[in-house]
Amino acid sequence: MDLTEYIHLVFTDYTLRTITLGTAILGAVTGMLGSFAVLRKQSLLGDAISHAALPGIAISFLITGAKDSNTLLLGALVSGLIGTFWIRGIITKTHLKSDTALGLILSLFFGFGMLLLTFIQKQPNANQAGLDKYLFGQAATLVESDVWLMAIVTGICLFVLLLFWKEFKILLFDKDYAKTLGFNTKTIDILITSFIVLAIVLGLQTVGVVLMSAMLLAPAAAARQWTNSLATMVFLAAIFGAFSGVFGTAISASQNNLSTGPVIVLVAAVFVLISFVFSPSRGLLFKQIRFIKNRRALELHKTLAFMYHIAESHANISHPHEIKILNGFQGYTKGTLKKLVEKNYVTLKGSTWSLTKEGFESALNLYNQLNKDDE
Amino acid sequence: MSNAQIEIQLIASLVAIACAIPGTFLVLRKMAMISDAISHSILPGIVIGFMFIHGSFSFVDNITFLSSFKQFLITYGLESPFIILLAAFSGVITVVLVEYIQKTGLVKEDTAIGLVFPALFSIGVILIAKNANDVHLDVDAVLLGELAFAPFDRLIIDGTDIGPKALWIIGVILIITITLLIAFFKELKLSTFDKGLAASLGFSPVVIHYGLMSVSSITTVGAFDAVGAILVVALMIAPAASAYLLTTDLKKMLLLSVVFGVLSAISGYWFARFLDASISGSITTMLGFLFLLVYLFAPSKGIIAVMYREKQQRTEVSLLTFLLHLKNHDDESERHVNHLNEHINWQKVRSKTVLELALKNNMIVIDNKIVSLTPKGDEFTTQAIDYIITNEDAQIEDMKDDFFLFRG
Repeated sequence: MDLTEYIHLVFTDYTLRTITLGTAILGAVTGMLGSFAVLRKQSLLGDAISHAALPGIAISFLITGAKDSNTLLLGALVSGLIGTFWIRGIITKTHLKSDTALGLILSLFFGFGMLLLTFIQKQPNANQAGLDKYLFGQAATLVESDVWLMAIVTGICLFVLLLFWKEFKILLFDKDYAKTLGFNTKTIDILITSFIVLAIVLGLQTVGVVLMSAMLLAPAAAARQWTNSLATMVFLAAIFGAFSGVFGTAISASQNNLSTGPVIVLVAAVFVLISFVFSPSRGLLFKQIRFIKNRRALELHKTLAFMYHIAESHANISHPHEIKILNGFQGYTKGTLKKLVEKNYVTLKGSTWSLTKEGFESALNLYNQLNKDDE
Repeated sequence: MSNAQIEIQLIASLVAIACAIPGTFLVLRKMAMISDAISHSILPGIVIGFMFIHGSFSFVDNITFLSSFKQFLITYGLESPFIILLAAFSGVITVVLVEYIQKTGLVKEDTAIGLVFPALFSIGVILIAKNANDVHLDVDAVLLGELAFAPFDRLIIDGTDIGPKALWIIGVILIITITLLIAFFKELKLSTFDKGLAASLGFSPVVIHYGLMSVSSITTVGAFDAVGAILVVALMIAPAASAYLLTTDLKKMLLLSVVFGVLSAISGYWFARFLDASISGSITTMLGFLFLLVYLFAPSKGIIAVMYREKQQRTEVSLLTFLLHLKNHDDESERHVNHLNEHINWQKVRSKTVLELALKNNMIVIDNKIVSLTPKGDEFTTQAIDYIITNEDAQIEDMKDDFFLFRG
């Protein structure tokens, strides 16, 4: 299947269109809200919440006996919220640290959920098959109404986000200041956490309990590398998330035996990797290049300073010296000498060099920080 | 009880002990989430090991070294140790990756953990899905383990049956863990509670850190087979966290977490039999139940104790405020019982509690609805003011022991 054929299919095939749209919307909303989770240093909260949602799914199935995805997700939402607030209770009321609280709630709720799931499997209810799709997600089971639900929730999230934008922002970066300004930080906190829970619960059907946290983190972590502005970061994270969804769906649809969830996560991980390496201001590649550049500049300066000290001892600053005497000097290479010539600091004549007046001046001012343009 | 039942409980208990020991240190070192990350990211290691042994890689047969290595493993029956080591290695790789990402400063530590393990886990899941025919692993087994089937996989040497394989694997790991624990107990203890001192005394923090990480990885992998990824995390964190709420002594904490682990393992087994559901899920539920009990009822750090103490302190602070008010005002109208309600802005119940407490402790006398300080109350207040002025508020707590007959 080639690319144009695939794109054609996306627009014509019902299942493929639904899945692509669903994963794209999901990626966008999780990316958006994930930005807040990442900046609030709550990255692993997503992991805990998504695991904690499992018993809710099982219990709401036990109560209703039906596999309607909306009621199951409602159960997941409730149990996710209970998990979140229990984590908060453990951290504030006892001396257990946040990592312990997260790990505890994550594993205990998930284990309880698995107990209920295996219990349900033994029940004589033909309806029960397929509940385990919430473990790893099955994008193929998405139907149009699910996509609508996602779209509506995304719309609400976007609306609330815009409405409380400055409150969220101030809470994120300076909680104490927000308090002194009279904002009810507790309410805003609960609001934003609840939305994060909501976004996670939405993704359970598609990506599954186990991998949902990556959907929350990866787009946001990638977006963080490209900008220092919150608005841009949220926007970029939404884009990255949406593209992870679309590409992931495309890759898994083009091959047999590839579940969508893990592929989406891997695509998002590739986004993160690219951002880590290639982002202009923070990326590892450019950081390394800047590092090398700085080292070169330093070597150049060192050579110039060395020359200056030699030239200083002569009445005529442009008195020629043998290149050989530079050889023992650490910063000296043929390249640096050439660069110095290019900058018109040094003139070469045969096997000798001499400092120009310009070079002497700039060496004199080398440690004078005013001389900024001297690269 | 049948033989298989005893064996299952024995395996579960050994796993619980093997997990509780590194778990205690992970909780104390604030690295509990690392165990979650390791338990997920050993999956690709296990799958690749499986595929190597069972011949999914065609290139293995073309490279003489690899194929003879595989032959060596199979002839000597070393397949499981090989897979365990490979998986533990991928666990250690996770830790290294997390630390590398963290060191670049691009994201915070928790984000780094959250990025690495889902990616590795996804690779594992995809590898399983792609090679479903060759690899006898399914994803449910990965998460839940197959404790119920553990007794059927026997270790047979020279034709004699010497017990279930899982029992031997976890037994060996447990012995290694205990040996290391006893050998390096004081190093571990020191570096856990005072990293700086440990480093200055010459115990390399890096070695201890990676030692602990390797032991955690190996334990996770060994237990993984029997009980699955999630129970490993639960068995590492929950007993240690419960024990931490009950004691602050490291040895007692280790002991308590081992006891909690074994208790939930055995009770969990019977609960699972009763419900006819997953054993590891039920053990986790028992752990959760146990933690809930400790969380609520622990003598000094449980929620109820904390709330009680907070209420007590609130009343006592009110009492102090009230006494200070009495000391500052000689005017009879200011000291009238009814007036206090409006003046200090307390509700009726609260004023009543505070007044009663003050009376019980002989701090005040009430004469015709006019409250006045007794000499004892006066002395208490004077001392309290001294402490407050000199900014030594904490001393007031000790002083309360001397003056109070009854606490708030």
